[in-house]
Amino acid sequence: MTRVWAAIVVFLFGAVFAGLAVGYSERTAPSELAMRYLEQVPADLGAANVVTGILITYRGFDTLGEVAVLFMVAASVGMLLSGGRGGSTSPAAVTARPARPPSELVVNGAQVVLPIAFLFGAYVIVNGHLSAGGGFQGGAVVASGVVLLVLGRPSVVLDHGFLSVTESLAGVLYVTLGILGLFFAGGFLDSHILPRGTFGAFVSAGAIPLISALLGIKVAAELSVIIDRFRN
Amino acid sequence: MLQELFVILICAGIIVSGLLAVTLRGVTAAMVSSGLASLFAAVSYVLLAAPDVAMAEAAIGAGLSTLVFLHAIRRTSAGRED
Repeated sequence: MTRVWAAIVVFLFGAVFAGLAVGYSERTAPSELAMRYLEQVPADLGAANVVTGILITYRGFDTLGEVAVLFMVAASVGMLLSGGRGGSTSPAAVTARPARPPSELVVNGAQVVLPIAFLFGAYVIVNGHLSAGGGFQGGAVVASGVVLLVLGRPSVVLDHGFLSVTESLAGVLYVTLGILGLFFAGGFLDSHILPRGTFGAFVSAGAIPLISALLGIKVAAELSVIIDRFRN
Repeated sequence: MLQELFVILICAGIIVSGLLAVTLRGVTAAMVSSGLASLFAAVSYVLLAAPDVAMAEAAIGAGLSTLVFLHAIRRTSAGRED
């Protein structure tokens, strides 16, 4: 009986998705909405990278929401995992065996890759308005570098206080920039509070590079804290 | 034509490495395989002209989560068996 029901459900799903597959035809031109964004972002915002322009200005409030979700994850992970730190009587501390030392390959690889990873992350963050990437992607690259650091040198200690203060400061500045947009431009998180500048220059596109940098710092610090919490 | 063949190869790579990640017995090999699936997905996003998404996929899917799994394997007994 269960198999019959399963077969019926699979058939129904198949019928739904068959319509998608049969009726599919590749677009030869972008849709009307996409065309509008493609024209408006370089002209209105001065950003060469349309995706970052949309994410940070037109959908700035949604990006703030995403960062808030990440912040809540970091806070709850901290709450859940910092309980075992108080005393050495926690079961985790008793049963924890000393981990294997990292292999030669990881140690040397980390030494070679780490500077490049951090540099690339910083590049992606500050060039978000010009080339592919932006705050979120660059922050994730930096955080992967932090994981590699932790893997290659298990003795390294991350300063949680510093990371938390940096992250909070970046968040407060982000919201402050958003509120400034209410007074000096069209609305919350409007990037027109700074001049548009020349198209394609490093300092251009209004407040987008600034917001992107704050986003990158915040995401990198949050992910690093989450990773380090799992380590202990 | 050549590019379409390349896209099909990449998509086959996603499916094969995804299946391997589920079926392989060794945890380390399975973890590497799941990271490979993310990497293939990132390449397919580049081919579909979405470099921003590709960058996030490569950094989070192939980089961060693979490294976190590696760390977890090293810290648990699973890493000591093989």
